[in-house]
This record gives sequence, structure tokens and C-alpha cells, in this order.
Amino acid sequence: MPEKKIRVLIAKPGLDGHDRGAKVVARALRDAGMEVIYTGLRQTPEMIVEAALQEDVDVVGLSILSGAHTTLFPRIANLLKDNGLDDVLVLAGGIIPDEDVPALNELGVRGIFGPGTSTEKIVKFIEEEIGKR
Amino acid sequence: MKLVERLLTGDRRAIARLITIIENDGAEAQEALAALYPHTGQAHIVGVTGAPGTGKSTLVNELAKVYRKRDRTVGIIAVDPTSPFSGGALLGDRIRMRDLSGDAGIFIRSMATRGSLGGLARSTADAVKVLDAAGYQTIIVETVGAGQSEVDIAKAAHITIVVEAPGLGDEIQAFKAGITEIADIFVVNKADREGADRTAMALQMILDLDHSSHLSSQTPEWRPPVCKTIALHGEGVGAVVEAVEEHAAHLRESGNLQRRERERIERELRSIITQEMTRSFFERLDEAQFDSLVDSIIRRELDPHSAATILLKG
Amino acid sequence: MFEKEKLAEIKEELDKWEETTLQKTLNRFPERRDTFITTSSAPVERLYTPLDIAGLDYERDLGFPGQYPFTRGVHPTMHRGRLWTMRMFAGFGTAEETNARYKYLLEHGETGLSVAFDMPTLYGYDTDDPQAEGEFGKCGVAVSSLADMELLFDDIPVDEITTSMTINSPAAVTWAMYIAAAEKRGIPMEVLGGTIQNDILKEYVAQKEFIFPPKPSMRLVVDTFEFGARHLPKWNTISISGYHIREAGATAAQELAFTLADGFEYVKAGMERGLDVDEFAPRLSFFFNAHNDFFEEIAKYRAARRIWAREMRERFGAKNPRSWWMRFHTQTAGCSLTAQQPENNIVRTAIQALAAVLGGTQSLHTNSMDEALALPSESAVRIALRTQQIIAHESGVVNTVDPLAGSYFVEALTNRMEEEAYEYFRKIESLGGMLGAIERGFPQREIAESAYRYQREIDTGQRTVVGVNDYLTEEHVTIPLLEIDREGEQRQRERLARVRRERDNELVAQRLEALREAAQGTDNLMPYILDAVRAYATLGEICGVFREVFGEYREPVIL
Repeated sequence: MPEKKIRVLIAKPGLDGHDRGAKVVARALRDAGMEVIYTGLRQTPEMIVEAALQEDVDVVGLSILSGAHTTLFPRIANLLKDNGLDDVLVLAGGIIPDEDVPALNELGVRGIFGPGTSTEKIVKFIEEEIGKR
Repeated sequence: MKLVERLLTGDRRAIARLITIIENDGAEAQEALAALYPHTGQAHIVGVTGAPGTGKSTLVNELAKVYRKRDRTVGIIAVDPTSPFSGGALLGDRIRMRDLSGDAGIFIRSMATRGSLGGLARSTADAVKVLDAAGYQTIIVETVGAGQSEVDIAKAAHITIVVEAPGLGDEIQAFKAGITEIADIFVVNKADREGADRTAMALQMILDLDHSSHLSSQTPEWRPPVCKTIALHGEGVGAVVEAVEEHAAHLRESGNLQRRERERIERELRSIITQEMTRSFFERLDEAQFDSLVDSIIRRELDPHSAATILLKG
Repeated sequence: MFEKEKLAEIKEELDKWEETTLQKTLNRFPERRDTFITTSSAPVERLYTPLDIAGLDYERDLGFPGQYPFTRGVHPTMHRGRLWTMRMFAGFGTAEETNARYKYLLEHGETGLSVAFDMPTLYGYDTDDPQAEGEFGKCGVAVSSLADMELLFDDIPVDEITTSMTINSPAAVTWAMYIAAAEKRGIPMEVLGGTIQNDILKEYVAQKEFIFPPKPSMRLVVDTFEFGARHLPKWNTISISGYHIREAGATAAQELAFTLADGFEYVKAGMERGLDVDEFAPRLSFFFNAHNDFFEEIAKYRAARRIWAREMRERFGAKNPRSWWMRFHTQTAGCSLTAQQPENNIVRTAIQALAAVLGGTQSLHTNSMDEALALPSESAVRIALRTQQIIAHESGVVNTVDPLAGSYFVEALTNRMEEEAYEYFRKIESLGGMLGAIERGFPQREIAESAYRYQREIDTGQRTVVGVNDYLTEEHVTIPLLEIDREGEQRQRERLARVRRERDNELVAQRLEALREAAQGTDNLMPYILDAVRAYATLGEICGVFREVFGEYREPVIL
């Protein structure tokens, strides 16, 4: 039966080793019927974008709790653009202070899901956004 | 087709998009395959299979590194099972392949089986064609080994490597799964673990039995070597690549290559025809008639075979 | 502990109670839920009676504090004799800023120091390493060389106060820097007291700040055991941790089991080196989480003490009672804190801290309310410290030792914790001990499953998190957050450049070469690390040598 699946890349940029949230979200998305490619830890922006390109994902989810998002996210956003991937839905989770959110939105991060977000909310968001396309 | 043109110029995004199109199997897929096919046939397809925990991803990572050192471009397709409950999948084989990042001579794609019964997605063979047309010289297909899938992989690849590891149980996993016959090469990975020699010996014994009863299964006159590796350290991997090359040479020289190619294409054609016929049949099926026949069967007024004959005739 | 006839009587009365008194109430209104579960999803019964601890033998299972099996505490007088050390984990930005925070905390009554390092440092990278980009000072202090360590403890009496350093893969190196910094101030290593976390096994399982593969990492750990046993008798060379395992999503039983199993692995490794167990075991310490479920946590600590004492004495043959002591530091659960209505976190932390104290902790860190948002501000960390002080001086719980002993519930829970831990031990042994289990991904998978189950419970409303999935407010509470000095990174880079310029680079090269050779051999590496550190070789340079010789660990595919 031919079927389109939503393909999601879940990535851990930088040195941050806290992968509990990334793995929980990955499982939740799988249980919602999506194909989730998990990159593992210690990904450089280059590795993340390369994976997004090769896997032809609809969504890139970045999980980061170390505070290094201010440096790493702009690099990732630029590389996505350089590689013609700016139609990919970019989401973020982890520890991202409210004051940083507007700048990230500017970069193209469409959804920021901090501590306390229910996995259902993330699933719904993705399904709605991808559904629009 | 535009995407195919771009692929032929080396556009990696086009490669990725085409694999997706083929996976989603719409009208575009057939168009794409038709445009791609003339450009396929150069790649050497290597299947890697084995039970979970044998270190396949690590081995694939190391194989790719060896090939790259020999200046061969490598495509990798890593297949993992789709959850039968949710239809989703968790694909993590890239985790083990970080060494390969940043290399334009490598392309890695993760695929989920999407309901196909084995460890290969229905569209894996077609995805291989995309990478083949794009010019990747060696294409490694990695699957979870548990039985049916491995037979699939043996049919889709030029050579099949079956990976074992000591300490996973008392029996050779491949033997348990009944797939020793499909191996062209056995790799005993994690060879630094206790029991590695025993595993290797057990494999040799199985091969002795096979050999005496009939000439080797997959490839005539080829006795699968048993290679020991510690993929984590890259040890022994060079020898595996050597064995792969020897096998390829053997196929060519013995004239078996063409025969196997022909057999493979025949199988593929039959498989596609079967799939198409099945799909087309069920699309045209009158559901009401079907339901009423099922009712008859339940009431024991009709048997399933006769019911089928009625539907097929109609 | 109870006579058979008495128990039979109680059983009869209990049954009667259930059929009459209880049933009457249940008929009027049912209980609020079908099952009541702990934070670890373990079931809790309505009522606990002597029947639930029928087999309990006071002397065998509880005993007296300071005596085998130590269930009631490792010291006879516990907090009546000495309060736990109030040790607040701190660090951010540059050494100078962190030094100022340490002085602030000491001024406000903390009694021990605890160093948080930044990501690059934790991974053995200097501040100017390309891998460190964007990561400087964000979750701890950057220490790239002895110069930074000297600044970090400037004007702090390290001969009078103990310091805990939360660092793992490069622990031996920062320990050497601490020792060398004290040396330069004329303080000999023999008087230094403190702890290095240095627990590499849990890195593979939970915190993931690994650098090298298991074998060489264990070698480094045992090198520190040996060096500590010979030269720093007051230093805890390891803090075998469950905190991170719990934070990664483990249940209380998993935290208990995996931590102690790690401990067994370290003891084995030390003995394999040829050390007498009593030489190094007294300086093994532990680090547990204090999560929300009050009684479950207390039971966990008590079970831990009893299990460790038994295993050390029976299985490893330790003779020195100090080898049987399970001494531990506790940190309240970071993962339980919310970004929503952060002031609620003060309450959570207080309850968790209380559990840790009643559980007999030797040392305690209480989280600040802003943990889910940023590193602690001064005012937030002060409240966290005051929480401990109020418990110590106003709550009365420290007036007696192990007050909850004998509680039918707490003793039953303690027993159950112990049973569950032993089930895990059996499973882990069958996989070849903790090293084998880790290689096969067993603890990692268990933890990921528990984490997922916990989130499902929250998402489905089965589990309430106040302010997050219930009792929400519209208003967005803003609290003052810590600002990291942006110039700090530049200063740090300049300092690093200066160190590299001004040191004797030939000497550094020699020392690194000697280190490399030793790393390739079997010598204890501490003296070589110390030599390199004294010459102002940087953390990155020393770890770089180790990376070359030992290789880097690759994360397995465990989803």
C-alpha cells in the first residue's frame, strides 16, 4: 500500500549529552506513525544538515540543554538554507530561555518546545504543519 | 524527468528526493524508475545481515571506510523494522556512522520496512537503483537479520555477508534463522569476545556439511570464507573487503555473474508483475460481492478456493 | 519481630476492618484512583501493618546506626553529631566569576564546595578548541589549565574546606590541577579533603560525557584509587552516582541497582589491580538523587546502605568497617523542576531535601527554583541554601537518628527496594557484570523505557505535574535570571594564550611525551599527569594525548 510517512530527524547538536528528552520525543513520534531518524549525540551543524538532506526529512528537531543554541542554531539554519532545505520544518526543544525565542523564530525555528511540553502537542504541531503543505 | 537529470549531474538533494518518491510509490515513482533504469547496472551491491547485537552498523561503517580508501564511492541503505502497531519507525543506524560524515563520496539513507514482511523494504531494491544511477560504485544494504528478509537481501544483492557475534546465545544465530545458505561470506564480529573461535569453528562445520551435500547454495564453487573482525577497532575489515572482491571476480570468471543477473531480473520482473496484478485485482474488486462470498464461506455453503475462482473469473 | 499469634490476630482484625469500616466508606465514595503509584510507577497499598514486615528481624535487618548493616545510618550520632555538609553545586563562565560565587555561598553558610565545569572542560577540550564553540561557561566554569584552577580557588582555604568536583572522563586531570594549585600555596596533598566524581560507568549509561572507551577509562579510575590510597587519605576518589541515572529517566529501583552494580564493578577493578579492598574501599563514596516520592526515596537510601554493607563484607571480603559504609551526597531532582510557575520549585526542592535528610545523607545540594530556565541566580541559590538550614535548625527531624525506622510502610518499601535491586543484580551478572551489561545496552534501554513510560503517564493525565498539566496559570511568571558575562570568554581565551606563551614549552612537550609513553604502558598515570599539569600543560593537551592513545568511545545504537 503506497503511503507517505512524515520523516523526522531528531538531532543533538554540540556537546550536550542529555538525550532523555530527544529519545522520549523520538518514541512518541514513532508511536504517532512517523519515521524518526535519530542522529545520536555530539552532532556538528554540518552533520545535522547532511543527514537532513540525505534522509529527505520533513522535520528537523533540535534538542539542546547546554545553552549553546545561540551559536549552533544560526549555523544550522544557514547550512539548511545553503543546501536548499529551507522548506524543512525546524523545531527545537530543551533549555531555551524565552528571550532567545524571537531570534530563533527569525532564523526559521518554527516551534520551540521547552520543559513541560506534552508529546501530544509536538505530534499535533507537526501533523498540522506538514498537513498544510 | 527533471529530478533524474539533476541526479545525473550529482545533485545529492535530487538523490534524496527520488528515494522518497520511490518509497511513496505513487505515479511519479514509476516515471522516475523508468528514467533511472538505463543508468543502472554499474554498482556492486553488498548485502549485510545478521541478528541484532552483532555489530552490523559498525561493520558497515568500517567497510565504507576501507572502500573510500580505495577510492570507491559508497552508498549505504540501512533498513530497520516499521512498528506493526503504529506504522512508525525508529531509525538509528546513522549513530554508528559518524566517521563517514562530510564525505561527498558517501550517501547514507535510512529506510523503514513499512509493512513488508521481511527485513527489506519493498522499495529497497528500487532505492538501490537510485544510488546506482547516481554513480555510487559500491552500495551496501544493511538489514536486521531474522529470517525472511535475509532471503530478500540475498536476491537483491550481488553478495551477501552474514554477521555473527559470540556471546549472543549458544547457537549460531544464522543457523537458528535458517539462513546459513544465503551467506557468501561469514563475519564473526566482536572477535575479541570469548567464544569467537568456537563460533568460527561452528560455522566451518556447517559449511562442511553444506559442501558435502550439495555444491554451495548461493554461488557454485564458492566456499564462503569465515572472517573474524573487531569492527569497533577496524580490525579484520580489510580482509572482508578482499573476500568481497574475490567473490566478485569469481562470479565474473565463472560466468555466473550473468546468470545470476538474469535470474535476479527475472525474479524482480515476476515480483513486480505479481504485485501489480494483486494491486490491480483488489482495486477492481467488488467489495459487496467479496463480503457476500465471505458470508457464504462462513455458512459453509462455499469453500475458500471456489470463492476465489469465482472472484478471479469475474 | 512480631509473634505468630499476634500476627494472626492482626490479620483477622484487618480482614474485619476491610469488610466493615473500610467497606462502609468505600460504599459512600470510592478512592480517588484505582491504583496509587510512586514516582517510579510502583504500586502503593492503602495500608501497611505489621503483616507487611512480618519477617523483619531488628538486629539482622536494621541494627544500630554506625554498625553493620548500617540501615539506620553510617554514623552512630548522624546529624546530632554533625550536620550534613551543605554543598551547593556551582560554576559558570570564568574562574573569577565562579570564585566570587563560592565566596558568596560560603558567606551564606554553605559548608563545602562543589565545582560545576562547562561542557568543553567536561569533555577534555580547552576553551579555544573548535569543538568548544558556543559552549564556553554555559553550564559550568571553564578550566583549561592550572592557571584557571589557581584563580578558581583564590583566597579559599582548601586546607580547611572540602571540595567536590563534578567531572568524569578528565577527572584525574582536574584533580591533579587542584592538587598542584594547593601545592603552590604550600598546602601538601595529604591534608586535602574532597571528592572527584570520576564515575565513568554511569557516563556510558546516563550522562554521556564519555571520551575514552571503557577499558582505559577504568584504568584511569583505578589509578586514582591507588594514588588516593597512597597520598590523599582524606580524599574520596570516586562518587559512584545514581543521580544522573535517575535524571535520565530511571526508576528509584533502577537508580539503586545500577549505581550499586557500578560500585561492584569498581571494587572488582580495584582488586584486579592488586589493591587490598580495604585500602581503597573506605574512600568510595556515592551520589544519589532525591526525587519527589518522599517515602520511596528514604527507602532507597536505607536499602542502599544495607545492600552495600552486605556485599562489601560477604562478597568482597572487606574487613575494615569503613569499607562497608555507604556514604553519600544527595542532590534534589533537577528533572522534577518546572519552567512553569518556577516558584513552585522551592516547595519541591524542600520536600526532596527533607527526604534526603531523613534518608541519612552526608552531604546535600538543593536545586534553585530557576533550574529549568537558567543557571541559578544569587537570590535563588540563597533560598535553596536556606532550605537546608531551615530543615537543619527548625524542622526537628535531625533531633533523632533514622526516625522512620519501624514504620510498616517504610520498612516494607525498603525491603521491596532491596529485592528489586537484587533482581537487577542477577540480570546484570548474567550479562557479564555492569561492563557487559553496558556493552549490550541493557541499563540504557531500561532507562529509556522508564523515561517514556513516565512521559506517557504525564501526557495521559495519569500523573499530575502541578503547573504543567494541571493548576495552570495564564500569567507568565518572570523571575530574575543569571546573566553570563559575555566578555568572559574573551578573557579566558586571552589567559589561555598567555599561559601557552609564558610557560616552558619544551618542558611541556617532554612531560606530554612521558605521559604518552606511560599511557601506552601500565604505570599509574597520576604522577605523569601531575608533572604535565605543573608545567602548565593544558587540559586539552593532556586529554589529547589520551585521545590518541586510548581512542574515543562510540555511542552504541540504543533507542
